[in-house]
Amino acid sequence: MHISVNVDGVTYADEVEPRLLLVHYLRERLSKTGTVVGCDTGNCGACTVHLDGHSVKSCQMLAVQANGHDVTTVEGLARDGKLHPVQEAFHSNHALQCGFCTPGMIMQAIDLLADEPDPDDETVRKGLEGNLCRCTGYQNIVRAVQDAAQRMKPGAGPDQERHSDEHITAKQPVGGE
Amino acid sequence: MTATAESEVGKARLRKEDARLITGQTRWTDNLQLTGMLHMAVLRSPVAHARITNVDVSRATAMPGVALVLTGEDFAAEQGSLPCAWPITEDMKSPAAPAIAVDQVNFAGEAVAVVIADSAYHAADALEAIDVDYEDLPVVLDMEEALRDNDLVHPDLGTNKCATWVFDSAEAGSGTNVEDEIAAAEVVLERTFKQQRLIPAFMEPRSVVVDVTAGMYTVWSATQIPHILRWMLSAVTGISEHKLRVIAPDVGGGFGGKLQVTPEELLCLLIARRMGRPVKWTESRTESMLSAHHGRDQIQKITMAARRDGTVTGLKVELLADMGAYLRLVTPGVPILGAFMFNSIYKFAGYRFVCTNVFTNKVPTDAYRGAGRPEATFAIERMMDELAVELGMEPMKLREMNWIKHEEFPFTTVAGLTYDSGNYEAATARAMELFGYDELREEQARRRAGGDVVQLGIGISTYTEMCGLAPSRVLGALRYGAGGWETASIRMLPTGKVEVITGTSPHGQGHETVWSQIVADRLGVPFEDVEVLHGDTATSHKGMDSYGSRSLAVGGTALVHAADKVLAKAKTLAAHMMECDEADVEFASGSFSVRGTSTARTLGDVVLAAHVAHDLPEGMEPGMDADATFDPDNFSYPHGTHLCATEVDTETGLVKISRYVAVDDVGTVVNPLIVDGQVHGGLAQGIAQALYEEATHDEMGTLTTATFADYLVPSAADLPAFLTDRTTTPATSNPLGAKGVGEAGTIASTPAVVNAVLDAVRHLGVRDIDMPMSPERVWTALQGREDTGAGEVAAGGLGSIDAQGGQA
Repeated sequence: MHISVNVDGVTYADEVEPRLLLVHYLRERLSKTGTVVGCDTGNCGACTVHLDGHSVKSCQMLAVQANGHDVTTVEGLARDGKLHPVQEAFHSNHALQCGFCTPGMIMQAIDLLADEPDPDDETVRKGLEGNLCRCTGYQNIVRAVQDAAQRMKPGAGPDQERHSDEHITAKQPVGGE
Repeated sequence: MTATAESEVGKARLRKEDARLITGQTRWTDNLQLTGMLHMAVLRSPVAHARITNVDVSRATAMPGVALVLTGEDFAAEQGSLPCAWPITEDMKSPAAPAIAVDQVNFAGEAVAVVIADSAYHAADALEAIDVDYEDLPVVLDMEEALRDNDLVHPDLGTNKCATWVFDSAEAGSGTNVEDEIAAAEVVLERTFKQQRLIPAFMEPRSVVVDVTAGMYTVWSATQIPHILRWMLSAVTGISEHKLRVIAPDVGGGFGGKLQVTPEELLCLLIARRMGRPVKWTESRTESMLSAHHGRDQIQKITMAARRDGTVTGLKVELLADMGAYLRLVTPGVPILGAFMFNSIYKFAGYRFVCTNVFTNKVPTDAYRGAGRPEATFAIERMMDELAVELGMEPMKLREMNWIKHEEFPFTTVAGLTYDSGNYEAATARAMELFGYDELREEQARRRAGGDVVQLGIGISTYTEMCGLAPSRVLGALRYGAGGWETASIRMLPTGKVEVITGTSPHGQGHETVWSQIVADRLGVPFEDVEVLHGDTATSHKGMDSYGSRSLAVGGTALVHAADKVLAKAKTLAAHMMECDEADVEFASGSFSVRGTSTARTLGDVVLAAHVAHDLPEGMEPGMDADATFDPDNFSYPHGTHLCATEVDTETGLVKISRYVAVDDVGTVVNPLIVDGQVHGGLAQGIAQALYEEATHDEMGTLTTATFADYLVPSAADLPAFLTDRTTTPATSNPLGAKGVGEAGTIASTPAVVNAVLDAVRHLGVRDIDMPMSPERVWTALQGREDTGAGEVAAGGLGSIDAQGGQA
């Protein structure tokens, strides 16, 4: 099938097998290897990317389902050499060790902060429930997300991260839980 | 010694590693794409024990994109046996361990055929078209049943008993005869605990890529042990070691789970050799759970002898340890790493440890965070609480009266180890203060008196562990096949920049940052001017890799020694340059000066002079590089006091950790940010053993927890915030004073949680609850049923399985 997908600000046109998972399309075809695969059941969230500004698990979605949509990966967050505030906060708070879950964790955290600009501890923990980390015990991840909330001014993220919920009648992430 | 203006050691440096990890510019093995690369997919046995009577690959071979389909028969002549480096006894039974089964499968998940195709999708497609006929054999799952030898995992061995390993303090001369202590005791307690089987569950699935050019093999692998892997692959395949290069690029966690020489590493190497083309294999999560080694899985029978006043006198430990179907790299030695730790921080007169290793038709076990020491710590800390209950004593007071006092260090234990330093009183005092111990005891009493639905429990774990693996002589005495030293090199570049080469192999620990701090501190160079190279046998030819909380205490020490060699040579050259006596040269803040004068040369000046070599002292070699290898003469012994408060809902069985305090003494801390992070992650894994995780099998030997939907790795919502602090008594066994921190949190936390849960419900008649303490198990125990074992109530999730690995 022919698809056209905007990934991190670049539009790609490709022929893909209908069964090709979005995460494999990103990794194998576009060399967007920043997004990783940690499981095959949608539980770990390591493959989380944004589809039109909302987090989705790219191992639970077909590439063809992204046709005509904007995908943002962890590789598309920095602008003009400046890291996204959530990336900065993960670094400053030592919120990663092996770093394998980090791309998905950062993408999910950005989505969470779009809904909850000033989340308390429990809100962060519940909001990240679909993303597993085996190294950090989550303590510094929770701190980082709360720190990022303080760092983020309105519109700090890239264009496709800016959205207003008016355009979305019901938030229905594709895949995941 | 600190050569920088501000000490680098002790500084909470942000990590160098993060730059690539937070931006996605990573180098995971699975990212590699090589020209002409083929993909391997593995067909795994859906049955736990069977003869393979026929394998038909004809349909699979004809599938699109398939280059080759191979079975065990095709590898039989060349695959040899996967190595076990730790034959714990002279007469240990060791079955042949083929990478791919030839005529018999011994666990569900064992490889029986491989497809090599032009894409991972095509390779996975063809797996479905392979027909294997199995003739079922009796499945051996239960260790006690296995020891009756009615059905055998490996009929050729004649028994399911792998080995029996004994330590006896009377025989070793380190204590009395434990049977005498038991006979003379006023109180004897006997308890049996089950250490459930766990899955390491590193987040990055394992991946291997092998490239071959002109007889030179390059192996990329998501491994903790590139150096050991190179050695072992050479030994198994006969490929000369100097024709093998192993690279561990970015590795996404290990926790002991990647301390292995895997079937798939060997198969990729053999296939690349056969086909002359690069081969990649990346596992699915389900494959990982079905075939990567598991951890724990022991039955512990503990007998404790004591006096009525609370003084402990004797400890007898009888273990059954499940090896699974094969002996992997250090499988039989894992329980032995616990042998010296059951006595923990307490002064027993007599001690005996007997471990029986048993084969079953399950995934092989091997190292998982703590490896033997969490099991030991769990048993002793549970027993101390049991004794406190028996005697009606306050559990912390009971511990205190039995532990080694700070003025008694160094202290040689009944297990024959010499603990070099520690202060259990200090760590405990700090923990109790942070925890609000007395207030929580009052709150607990109120809830008990009021008959509250949600009861409060307080759990204690005053642990120690042995790490910094390891003195080579000790490893030799324990019949381990390798040494425990570590090595480091420093390359002083002509511009003054520094390259460090380490034999450690980080996979999340932050060595690039911490090693930079150590070198900056020692040499007085900027932190940013140090680059750390690791995990590639071509740059780092020698090393013993990372596991056993060894990297800083052993590898960091090698680095300190290398830096000192650089400085020693530089001082000689500086004296020559400044035309003074070497005895008059001082070194501070990266600069050599002549005592009492303003004459000075920076280290950079001296390095450049050594590099150009125009004017060196007679006999001095050009250059300012140095190598050092450090072999410790003792283990290191982190310790600490962990306190856990749990709220147990007596109507639902739900356990909530309401407060967790960890005060650890890990010796001198180089980077407190990283140490805290290690503790947090360790706590999470130990708590997960107590409350969430268990690998379970059905009666056919099928793993029923083969996905993250079924195997409950905790999420952020399942864990509390931790309160951590430190006390410090530097290790005396290395110049850094470091003890190690990787495993401490995991070792300490499991009994703290379990003790807390039992403390909350013991007054309601509950005596014990097996781990993981799921709501169902806790609730069941509260209904007054005696048997709360795994057979009755499984703790796993949905019980789904996809034996073929669920690849796309």
